[in-house]
Amino acid sequence: MKRLSARRRHPLAGLVVLLLALGAVGGLYSAFAPSGTAEAADDASSLQIQEGKGLYITSCSSCHGLNAEGTSDGPEIAGLGAAAVDFQVGTGRMPLQSREGQAPAKKQLFTEEETVAIAAYVASLAGGAPIPTAEQYAADGDLQEGGEIFRTNCASCHNFIGKGGALTRGKYAPNLTGSDPKHIYEAMLTGPESMPTFSDGVLTPEQKKDVITYIKTIAAEPDPGGYAAGRIGPVTEGLLVWTVVIGALIGAAVWLGAKPS
Amino acid sequence: MSYGIDTHGGHGTDLAQVEGDPFADPGLPHHTPRRTDIDARAANRAERQVAGLFGLSTILTIGFIVAFVSIDKEDTMYVVGLGTINSLNFALGVTLGGSLLCIGFGAIHWARKLMNAEEIVDYRHPMKSSPEDTADALELAKQGVADSALPRRKLIWTSLIGAMALFPLAPVIALRDLGPLPHKKLRGTLWDKPEHREIVHANDERRLKPSDFALGTMISAKPNDLESLEDLAKAAIVLIKINPQEIRSKELADRGYRGILAYSKICPHAGCPLGLYEDETHHMLCPCHQSTFDLADFGRVVFGPSARNLPTLAITVDDEGFLVAKGGFDEPVGPTFFERGDA
Repeated sequence: MKRLSARRRHPLAGLVVLLLALGAVGGLYSAFAPSGTAEAADDASSLQIQEGKGLYITSCSSCHGLNAEGTSDGPEIAGLGAAAVDFQVGTGRMPLQSREGQAPAKKQLFTEEETVAIAAYVASLAGGAPIPTAEQYAADGDLQEGGEIFRTNCASCHNFIGKGGALTRGKYAPNLTGSDPKHIYEAMLTGPESMPTFSDGVLTPEQKKDVITYIKTIAAEPDPGGYAAGRIGPVTEGLLVWTVVIGALIGAAVWLGAKPS
Repeated sequence: MSYGIDTHGGHGTDLAQVEGDPFADPGLPHHTPRRTDIDARAANRAERQVAGLFGLSTILTIGFIVAFVSIDKEDTMYVVGLGTINSLNFALGVTLGGSLLCIGFGAIHWARKLMNAEEIVDYRHPMKSSPEDTADALELAKQGVADSALPRRKLIWTSLIGAMALFPLAPVIALRDLGPLPHKKLRGTLWDKPEHREIVHANDERRLKPSDFALGTMISAKPNDLESLEDLAKAAIVLIKINPQEIRSKELADRGYRGILAYSKICPHAGCPLGLYEDETHHMLCPCHQSTFDLADFGRVVFGPSARNLPTLAITVDDEGFLVAKGGFDEPVGPTFFERGDA
């Protein structure tokens, strides 16, 4: 102690104290400051939200409101979550092209990244169901169980093999044959437009996977042969028989009865 | 009178010349020869066409046999306009159909182009038998009656009539198997029994609780421990959750539980299972005849042929927090039946 205090007037003493203080502050800082990687992730996600906000303001807010609170032109979407946004924007249904019975699936206006950014922004407002992971919508569930659930709850609108069907006033249940499994999952989870919601309580994530397995398996089945006529059964088949087939029979009858030249 | 074949241009046959007939027989139109009748090259060409069709049919029949033997039944192929289809079925259908069609077309082409086309008249013969044949037949019939001994053996005649008269009773009595009458079976469902009032998921049979439902949820459900599938045919329900403020009457809201309403899944029109639920309008459509029910307004019929509203099932939660039915339906579910009495 004596030796230390004896040297307190040494010309370099100030420098040593300064170095010690700097080291202490630096150590304290590195001990308490958030880790660098976490900071980077935070930055990335807040950047994504920022980007999403920009896209939202320019492309969505005129109908859904600046804070997603809804206007007279469009419903409130705060709280619907990322899955709903990813479905609507990812299938091209939004932004809406025109006011019809319902929004048709069309060419997407935004890239996958932009879609996810908008979804992240809307989710940042009031939470909601997140975009499902590839594991969640993989078509490797129970085919039989999926078929039963589909026929009980989905087939009355979407047809027994997912070919879709008409509803009222220009609305329709879309054809699921070519649908992305992710969008099928999101549609079940969020119930877009006329479609009811199949919450995780009534259809567990496992059962949703089974349904996707059924839809994808059926869609991959080859036709047994001949013209499938849309595979929707007696409506198109009857139409074809009454027009094309009976037309051909009448033509044959006329040919049979015509006087040969 | 002359019967038989009269070649074309047959004016003035004796049958047609009725005295005072205002409509004289115009006879057959003038025969115009076909190109194949006068042009040997055209006739030869027609012959080659017919032979070509028959030959094509032969090739297609051989193709059918080859396809049947050589194509694996699991093979698929892509055909423009048809998509991915089963190769074997497609090959068999095309070859067999084509083969038969070629025989038919060939035969018709042959008849039209090469067979004799001269118009002919073939007069109709009188239908009545000659008096001798009629007398012979009557004689035979009388002989048959005498030979059968019926005129003398009256007992056989009477007993035969009795047997014949009674026989139709057998199929008539068999109609009893169309019954028995349903009695009260059509009036109630499994929900009437207190031990079958737990509401379970239609597919995995787990019990449902209010927290399973999000706004806009729809799910098919049934009573616990079904005794038979026939019970499901009447007891099947759908559960929906809608914003309680959108339910039109307090009475209906009280039949549900915090916005969760239960309706029969069986259409009151023809008994089809309902399921086309539009969440935005709360309308439920029947896929068979498009009857539309407003589920926010006691299942009121807003469109279609249904004569009655969709029946609601009053529900609540039990001590464990699971959904249960308060009782059975207030009215018979499903389509109208004769003894129902009100429609």
